[in-house]
Amino acid sequence: MKWLKDFFRTFLLVELVQGMVLTGRYLFARKITVQFPEEKTPQSNRFRGLHALRRYANGEERCIACKLCEAVCPALAITIESEQREDGTRRTTRYDIDLSKCIFCGFCEESCPVDSIVETRIFEYHAEKRSELLYTKQMLLAIGDKNEAQIAADRAQDARYR
Amino acid sequence: MIEAIVFYFFAAVLIGASFAVITVKNPVHAALFLVLAFFSASGLWLLLEAEFLAIVLVLVYVGAVMVLFLFVVMMLDINIARLREGIWAWLPFGALLAIVMVIEMWIVLGSERFGLAGTIAPEGHPAGYSNTKELGMLLYTHYVYPFEIAAVILLVAIVSAIALTMRRRKDTKSQDASAQLAARREERVRMVSMPSGRK
Amino acid sequence: MAYFQDLFGDAWPLVWTLVKIVVIVMPILGAVAYLTYFERKVIGYIQVRIGPNRVGPIGLLQPIADAVKILLKEIIIPSGANKFLFVAAPVLAIAPALVAWAVVPFSPELVLSNIDASLLFILAVTSMGVYGVIVAGWASNSKYAFLGAIRSSAQIVSYEIAMGFALVGVLMVAHSLNLGQIVKGQTGSGFWSWYFVPLFPLFLVYLISGVAETNRAPFDVAEGETEIVAGFHVEYSGMTFSVFYLAEYANMILVSALCSLMFLGGWLPPFNFAPFTWIPGFLWLLLKIAFILFLFLWFRATFPRYRYDQIMRLGWKVFIPVTLVWIVVIGAWMQTPFWLW
Repeated sequence: MKWLKDFFRTFLLVELVQGMVLTGRYLFARKITVQFPEEKTPQSNRFRGLHALRRYANGEERCIACKLCEAVCPALAITIESEQREDGTRRTTRYDIDLSKCIFCGFCEESCPVDSIVETRIFEYHAEKRSELLYTKQMLLAIGDKNEAQIAADRAQDARYR
Repeated sequence: MIEAIVFYFFAAVLIGASFAVITVKNPVHAALFLVLAFFSASGLWLLLEAEFLAIVLVLVYVGAVMVLFLFVVMMLDINIARLREGIWAWLPFGALLAIVMVIEMWIVLGSERFGLAGTIAPEGHPAGYSNTKELGMLLYTHYVYPFEIAAVILLVAIVSAIALTMRRRKDTKSQDASAQLAARREERVRMVSMPSGRK
Repeated sequence: MAYFQDLFGDAWPLVWTLVKIVVIVMPILGAVAYLTYFERKVIGYIQVRIGPNRVGPIGLLQPIADAVKILLKEIIIPSGANKFLFVAAPVLAIAPALVAWAVVPFSPELVLSNIDASLLFILAVTSMGVYGVIVAGWASNSKYAFLGAIRSSAQIVSYEIAMGFALVGVLMVAHSLNLGQIVKGQTGSGFWSWYFVPLFPLFLVYLISGVAETNRAPFDVAEGETEIVAGFHVEYSGMTFSVFYLAEYANMILVSALCSLMFLGGWLPPFNFAPFTWIPGFLWLLLKIAFILFLFLWFRATFPRYRYDQIMRLGWKVFIPVTLVWIVVIGAWMQTPFWLW
């Protein structure tokens, strides 16, 4: 009896039909595609996108050239050179991030004692040449200036977990 | 008029292709030329209103036999230089054989017996004539015993070919597909209810 | 019409046939283009995506954009490839898929060439399709292409046998090799007089062998992206590649058309009363073809790829015995008074 049942199960392709019913149901399921340029998925305030260098409210740049980020960077994407300014403080003369190396791990941000280097929510940037992916200090500061409000809000929101 | 053009076209292609089969160096090319030759031959047969034979020629020889042929030939690693060795030593013998064959064919198929003068052109068939049906009738009534015997001989050939090449190895790890298919979830899966480890 | 007849004189029959061929082939190529769109859309929907939707309204111009893109691409001929055969292979692949349409009837009158042995003709012509694959694999001078060609041709040759046996069942029941006659033999009270009812196992075998013949998923080991990159057409690019692509889809449409003609009553409506008989037969045929094509896409979205030895087992050890048994059953059944078809 079981033999007969198995025989018909096999030859009437019962299991295949069951599988097709399953996929057939999904044909009518609600589609979950996000139409990207028009629609966007919500972002976390901890999103790790393009880097930025921040300034204090008085316009002084935060970075003190401690080079912790350079040391911690697992991809060796950060290059820092520094000098002593006339007022005796140490500042960077060069702060390059090679975005073609960066893996967006966020260690630089974690290591920064003055919250200078941060990763913003920006992810839609591009370059047509490799050299354009080398972000210099001026470019990073410009990004920070432009998005300071968002950056500060995100840090404030996350502050109680740190 | 058009029929003549078609005939000479197919005939020319057939002769050219058959010649190429025995002259080209690359065996794969030779096999493909043979395919072309079969194809042209079937075109000629179509002109003779032998559509069943023509189609079966394409179906069996082009569609199946030559595919297997190509299969084997493609995988061979043939050293052409070695094949050409000794061609001069064998040439007289081959030429002699060829001449004998030509003479024999000339005697058998010579103009006294098969010449155009001696043969009567067959009449064209009426519109409803089915070559396939006629052939089937003849094959399954008049020639039924030869036909069946041929079929049995072919069957024996198949069985013996399989019997000769089949060997049962004990240590083989091949799967038994029907056993796998017969397996059901209920026989293999046992649901166990376990208390959670952490309170 | 008379004007053109005068214009071409003796060449008129040739010209007229040519016109008819163009009238048949152009819609098929259009259908092939839109079948690719349809496939991407259906598989997208089954995978809870929405498929192409950027070019034109709901992506309807996508196939045209693809065609333009592929026309502009470079045709790369690998060094060490056999140039002539390399370029000839795509033509060998697509020609049989288009030639077979010569004998396919679209309605009782609408057929390019109403020959007696049209079923045999189709069998013979479709069996030529394998040469495109073999020649492509060999001429590419590449391991993967060669492996793909060998897999594919062995598969095509083995499934052709089962397919041929399935057709034997059809011609036994229809008493004819003519596709038009086969459809006419299915005339009756409704869909239960179609041949898929008495020939149900053969119908299944034909449908599945058709999937295998066209190298579609789940029988797409010839392409087997995860194992041998793309199989026999791995070295092809640009137009030569797209001709292979066209051939695959043209073959799919052909198999679906044959399946609906031989098993699903062709242009006959499923019921013989009012709303169904209003729809013209040609449309019924198109609907049936579209249904089977949809099945092809559905299969692809559902089943994982077969392993090669399982494909061979299915072809030789399951399908051929099943068809043989059913042919004998049909032969016996036809001699009894219980035969209703």
